[in-house]
Amino acid sequence: MKEFITFIQQLINGLSLGSVYALMALGYTMVYGIAKMLNFAHGDIIMVGAYTVSIVCSIAGFSPMAAVLASIVVCTALGVTIEKIAYKPLRNASPLAVLITAIGVSYFLQSVALLIFGSKARKVQSVLNLESVKIGGVDLSGVALVIIFITILIMILLTLFIKCTKVGKAMLAVSEDRGAAQLMGINVNATISMTFAIGSALAAIAGVLFVSSYGYVDPYTGALPGIKTFVAAVIGGIGSIPGAMFGGIVLGIIESLSKAYISTDLADAIVFGVLIVVLLFKPAGMLGKKKITKV
Amino acid sequence: MLKVKDLNVFYGAIHALKGISFEVNQGEIVSLIGANGAGKTTTLHSVSGLIKSSSGLVEFMGKNITNMTADKIVKVGLGHIPEGRRVFQNLTVHENLELGAFAVKDKNFIKNEYDKIMTLFPRLKERRKQLAGTLSGGEQQMLAMGRALMSNPKMLLLDEPSMGLAPIIVKSIFDIIKACNDEGMTILLVEQNAKMALSISDRAYVLETGKISMEGNASELLNDENVKKAYLGG
Repeated sequence: MKEFITFIQQLINGLSLGSVYALMALGYTMVYGIAKMLNFAHGDIIMVGAYTVSIVCSIAGFSPMAAVLASIVVCTALGVTIEKIAYKPLRNASPLAVLITAIGVSYFLQSVALLIFGSKARKVQSVLNLESVKIGGVDLSGVALVIIFITILIMILLTLFIKCTKVGKAMLAVSEDRGAAQLMGINVNATISMTFAIGSALAAIAGVLFVSSYGYVDPYTGALPGIKTFVAAVIGGIGSIPGAMFGGIVLGIIESLSKAYISTDLADAIVFGVLIVVLLFKPAGMLGKKKITKV
Repeated sequence: MLKVKDLNVFYGAIHALKGISFEVNQGEIVSLIGANGAGKTTTLHSVSGLIKSSSGLVEFMGKNITNMTADKIVKVGLGHIPEGRRVFQNLTVHENLELGAFAVKDKNFIKNEYDKIMTLFPRLKERRKQLAGTLSGGEQQMLAMGRALMSNPKMLLLDEPSMGLAPIIVKSIFDIIKACNDEGMTILLVEQNAKMALSISDRAYVLETGKISMEGNASELLNDENVKKAYLGG
């Protein structure tokens, strides 16, 4: 019985970590699907979001909620600006040039953070302070449950947004065929900007949730989660929105259970091992779009 | 209605269009015929803004649209049905048609156009909940046409509507093109199937390696010895 309780607790922890990964993976996958590029600076947006929370919280009189809002605003603006300055001029360049630029932007953000804040980790106030709750005799972390709830809510809203609004449909059209989308009167640049805005806002929320349980931020906070959520997006099938949700959650659970039952040191190795196995058997990812074409 | 003057297009070092000029008048069907690689599709793409021309003038209804982006050109009433249909495969027929009216704000107008297209293409009505990628080639061509018609354009650019289709389907597609024209739609048609294209056209231009080598009434070109030999199979 005791073992079962531990397992459930670890599973909830995994689900909560996975929710954070899923939120970040959504940004990766949407940008890939619509702008056809891998935005390796996506992870570092989280770091910027975390610093924003930390700074706003340290100014007296601001509530944690204000800090979260500030973080969303800052990250969204940053994401859109990065796209305008760094990626838009390369719209018709080779994918390799764009990829290298994205890696460059990632290092740039880390270096700027290093210049401003130094390498010492800075404390981030947790914006979620909750007691643990007892469900059916199992003590569960309240923070974990709230994170899972927020993520589910965001996923539902995002799905509705894409399926039911004009902008959402324009995104689907651009992701499938940029030229044909233009012929429908869709402004491709505006659509790509919008995608970066949404992706970065989700990253900000993910960042807040991530450092809430972590407590500290340094210039490299976003690096490893960035790579891991890229893995999550690939496992789910990059370009696919349900795939990113699925991949993120699976990754979080694997990481959490590996840490609990196998080895803390090996957890990351296991995560990347899963990526290799998935790619061996399903190169398009678990929910990757199969092309249905009839000519 | 559409006036193209001295249009030049380069793909890197390749001079794809070498200063072509042509005109399409209101209510006409005009064909561009020519061999593979002559520049027919390039011409349509540079008119609709999908590629940038390096020099020259494109005028639509008296308005200079030369350097406008494709999404703006659609809004002035010039529709383009691209080669290979390019319907959105992972969206349903209904969603594809909705996207066709993306630039239109008036809901009643959209509903009206939608109903019109459902009557014009009963096949699409049957399949409106199906993913576009699962339609047959002929149905996809109908969808591409319906999608372009959703914004009620004043003129259509049609690129290779017969490509890859069975002769009987080609016939029905061309009947629809003719029917649209009878209702006043101006059409610029690019076709490999020159005989078919000329049979419904008022006038035609012959493109040869980026230059217009011949022009005239469609019926005259149909009987021209050179055209017969080069494009109509003898």
